[in-house]
Amino acid sequence: MLEIKNLQVSYGAIPALHGISLSVKAGSIVTLIGANGAGKTTALKAISGLLKPKTGEILYEGKNIAGLPPHHIVKLGLSHVPEGRMIFTNLTVLENLQLGAYLEKDRRVIRRELEHVFGLFPRLQERQPQLAGTLSGGEQQMLAIGRALMGRPRLLLLDEPSLGLAPLLIKTIFEKIVEINREQGLTVLLVEQNANLALEISHFGYVLETGRIALSGESASLRQNPQVQSAYLGG
Amino acid sequence: MTELLQQLINGLALGSILALIALGYTMVYGILRFINFAHGDLFMLGAFAGFYISPAVAAVLPGPSLGSGLVVLGLAMLICAVLGVVIERVAYRPLRRRPKLTVLITAIGISLFLENTGQLVFGATPKKFPEIIPVYPVLKFGGLSITSSQLIVLGVTLLLLVALRHIVLKTRMGMAMRALAFNPEAAALMGINTDWIVSFTFGLGSALAAAAGILFAIVYPSIDPLMGILPGLKAFVAAVLGGIGNLPGAALGGILIGVTETLVAGYLSSTYRDAIAFGILIVILLVKPSGLLGKKEIEKV
Ligand SMILES: Nc1ncnc2c1ncn2[C@@H]1O[C@H](COP(=O)(O)OP(=O)(O)OP(=O)(O)O)[C@@H](O)[C@H]1O
Ligand SMILES: [Mg+2]
Repeated sequence: MLEIKNLQVSYGAIPALHGISLSVKAGSIVTLIGANGAGKTTALKAISGLLKPKTGEILYEGKNIAGLPPHHIVKLGLSHVPEGRMIFTNLTVLENLQLGAYLEKDRRVIRRELEHVFGLFPRLQERQPQLAGTLSGGEQQMLAIGRALMGRPRLLLLDEPSLGLAPLLIKTIFEKIVEINREQGLTVLLVEQNANLALEISHFGYVLETGRIALSGESASLRQNPQVQSAYLGG
Repeated sequence: MTELLQQLINGLALGSILALIALGYTMVYGILRFINFAHGDLFMLGAFAGFYISPAVAAVLPGPSLGSGLVVLGLAMLICAVLGVVIERVAYRPLRRRPKLTVLITAIGISLFLENTGQLVFGATPKKFPEIIPVYPVLKFGGLSITSSQLIVLGVTLLLLVALRHIVLKTRMGMAMRALAFNPEAAALMGINTDWIVSFTFGLGSALAAAAGILFAIVYPSIDPLMGILPGLKAFVAAVLGGIGNLPGAALGGILIGVTETLVAGYLSSTYRDAIAFGILIVILLVKPSGLLGKKEIEKV
């Protein structure tokens, strides 16, 4: 579904990604793990069009989307839940969700997707009229994911959904990710620092180190890998 | 008492006009975080657009009448909306990723360009703005006199404010504007074509400035290519007073400045009337730099 070849991205003259390649099979959860500053966010931003790659190809369903503006890429069915959630805290919960379906003009479809997101995150239904800025961190993360789902994506990019959340809440969010993947066959590319959990729920993993893919493999086997264990799994 | 009432009505009419201009400053600031110093000149172009199209309108719709006046208003707004979009497209968009100072200086350049071109094309001497609506005293009561033109100014302003509020709060486009103002990256991730929304915002702001220009010319029917400078600056102060980026704030700021200025000119000294706005600016910057309704910039996490 997604095939990245030799992707290079720089901030001004400073390179952040030195030519990474990775692929995400349709229907799978693939994780990209790595330490602070490894370039995970940079990779997701390049995929969703927020950053222009220097070179390399990003093939999404066979089409090279590298360098397209974000609103074109969203239209192709690719949603990005950015790092730090980027909720519109000045708008209501409902408005945030409606913005997620900005490209959908059919009100019935929007209604249906709204029901679907509320089914997944009942908490959001209760808070519809509330300003999104008044939600707790966990609720904001649910809103960020719900908002992305409103656009009916086929590929979901998630940037550190566990950031700043209590362990119990992280577990809930991850269960939801698995649920969405299983029940709707939504393909997920998950960026995480919480390597333990990420490798637990994903099928395939890549380890990013200072802008390069250092390791990759089935998630189950990465978890057994001594290098990964010592560097990312705390033991 | 009637004297005060009269001054208040005069002030309200002037304030409405400033409010309409101030909205354009504040909308563009909200979305691009820069002050479009050429905005006052769209006010001037609005008045001239009205000047040049009104004979054509009069040929079809014999005037002066409310109907033909509103047609002139609508057409001038449309023309200036297009001009505003074009100015953004050719002058500001190429500089989107440049330092704000570069864009600011460009805006001042555009402003000078419009003023000088105006002098070249329209001539520097003031022109008499035609009577596009019938002007007559609607109410005469003791010393109090309310004219039809003042009522038109207040009515049209109210209508435009309600329409703007509807666009911003109730439409898909308005939601996109608010999203973009809050976080451009997140807005783009929703599938919002941010360039489109910027164009729309410039069009909307310029149309409001044009409406202000026409209303101003109805009340003070002498127009010239430099007429936008002072109201433009005062409206900018109004936007800052209300809290730049805040739409109700801009409307409130405009009204307050118009009323204050009129009262000061009426009761104290008309020598200082143009200094009032700037005095107010200095006071706000000292006392409440975020403006009356402005919030402190929310820190992005
Ligand atoms: N806007 C920017 N300007 C300049 N350099 C940047 C910018 N954003 C990121 N970088 C640099 O690019 C590199 C990769 O950053 P990136 O945000 O992709 O890391 P990350 O893996 O997502 O880290 P984290 O886990 O902390 O979110 C870092 O060295 C970072 O300092
Ligand atoms: Mg990151």
